Amino acid sequence: MTTIAETAARRRHAGRTRLSARHREWIAGYLFVLPDALGLLVFLGVPMALSLLLSVFEVNGFGGYSFVGAKNYLRMWNDPLFWKGARVTALYAIMLVPLLYVCGLGLALLVQRTDRFNAVMRSMFFAPHMVSLVVVALVWQFMVVDKIGVVSRLTAALDIGGFSFLGDPNFALITIVLVSVWFLMGFYMLIFLGGLQDIPRQYYEAAMIDGAGPVARFWFITLPLLKPTSFFVVMVSMVAAVAGAQAFDIIYVMTKGGPANATSVLIVYIYQQAFGFGAFGYAAAMASILVVALMIVTAVFFALTRGGRFNHEQ
Amino acid sequence: MSSKRPQPYFSRSQVTLVRGLWMVVTAILAFMTLFPLLWMVSIAFKPAAESFSSNLIPQSPTLDNFIYVLTAVPFVRYMANSFVVSATVTIVALFFHTMAGYALARLRFPGREVLFLSIFSTFLVSLPVIIVPLFVIVKAMGMLNSYAGLIIPAIFNAFGIFLLRQYYLSLPKEIEEAARIDGAGYWRIYWSVILPLSRPIMSALAILFFLANWNSFLWPLTITSDPNLWVVQLGIANFKSQYSASWNYMMAASTIVAIPTLILFVIFQRQIMDSLKTSGLK
Repeated sequence: MTTIAETAARRRHAGRTRLSARHREWIAGYLFVLPDALGLLVFLGVPMALSLLLSVFEVNGFGGYSFVGAKNYLRMWNDPLFWKGARVTALYAIMLVPLLYVCGLGLALLVQRTDRFNAVMRSMFFAPHMVSLVVVALVWQFMVVDKIGVVSRLTAALDIGGFSFLGDPNFALITIVLVSVWFLMGFYMLIFLGGLQDIPRQYYEAAMIDGAGPVARFWFITLPLLKPTSFFVVMVSMVAAVAGAQAFDIIYVMTKGGPANATSVLIVYIYQQAFGFGAFGYAAAMASILVVALMIVTAVFFALTRGGRFNHEQ
Repeated sequence: MSSKRPQPYFSRSQVTLVRGLWMVVTAILAFMTLFPLLWMVSIAFKPAAESFSSNLIPQSPTLDNFIYVLTAVPFVRYMANSFVVSATVTIVALFFHTMAGYALARLRFPGREVLFLSIFSTFLVSLPVIIVPLFVIVKAMGMLNSYAGLIIPAIFNAFGIFLLRQYYLSLPKEIEEAARIDGAGYWRIYWSVILPLSRPIMSALAILFFLANWNSFLWPLTITSDPNLWVVQLGIANFKSQYSASWNYMMAASTIVAIPTLILFVIFQRQIMDSLKTSGLK
């Protein structure tokens, strides 16, 4: 009898201390997360919400706000430059994402073997990613200067020249895309190398015993097993392209959106409206459309990867 | 794709030939990739008259371009600003992110998963899309044209929290539990157990944060108009608008801006590339 009562008492006691320990753990958890959570809220969460709020206001020259309802959105609808910006952004993303995928994967396959030679090659391919985009843009602008830049002279010598890389509206965006690829491909090479590393060697060995050649092995083993990596690469590069994460710096330095708005991606146009003309409300309206587009992309991304966890925790 | 062992398709000499060709192609592509950076350094050492000659090695190398850039423009000041901002952001960010990462990986509290998912969901929100409202907020906080305005908003990003959380998930629980049995509180465990254990990932993240902030352009461009607060990227972009025809000066300035990051890269290439490689999915 006493033993039963004792055990019950002990259990109750243990239960109580575990509960208070748990509360302490709760408090510690909240306090540890607090600085970052607060910072992210103030400098990321609130701006996202504020973007929507600002978009129904108009800001005058003295910093006064007046409610204008859907006026900014109507203006957007009727603004050919907004639509031009949306088209250029879409074009930029459509050109950039596949090119980056092919270059990133291609480079990863090229330097996949782990030896000293490939280690050096990897570093060389990755080096451009270490340089700031402002410098990247300056160096490339110098190389494609009309007629006398080193690349311009090379294309002229190969008889494919005669055009202006940044002055011709038909080529300016392509030039920007190629510069972006040059800057980013080393990074995606690394991501693909990480993915390739995870493919068990036995699969290749078994396929080789069955007589599968390099092409068959790539097509039936590498590509299918790289699916999570591919998915990540496409989503991240797509989001970055639409948001103008790299494009802004490059375009700001190289073309400022010209010639004839040929490189005026949305983010450049938004920036001009906000900080060039002080049209904060209108800029916010356009940015909120961009945020919505990105949220849709992210939501799809989340749905397909089960909450962004991938296979990490099995 | 590797051709490590003899394959049914190729003889041994063919494999050697293929591998040799493979290496040559790789080396050519790598050289082409690096060429723009070599070109930049080359022009920086060339006198103005030689700027558009096609030799990679300068015929009469000179330091004049560097001297001109460093004396005519307050580049040293810009570099000091960049250094202060980048270093402060890096230190504070590492402190906050290790705390948050530890709690999200190891401590159990209600709402943890929701919190983690909401932090993760900001992963893909990049600065350009929120630049307008962020500017409005930071201006309202009175941080326009100040070091605080350059530093504080740059501290918070989900990427670091995410990587650290993944790292802490992979640490064995036993070490912490041993500390807890010894009666250590959570702060004590974080400070004297978790932090020392995270030295490798912290050094990798420190390099990444520092580089990202050294290279950032859009935020400083938006928040500072006072030239005394300009970081080096702003300095060079402004330099371009003043000296747009003097490519030899511009390439010297570019070299000055790029060299610190490239040196960091050469020293820490292993850590930088390994930590970015795992930033994908693993």
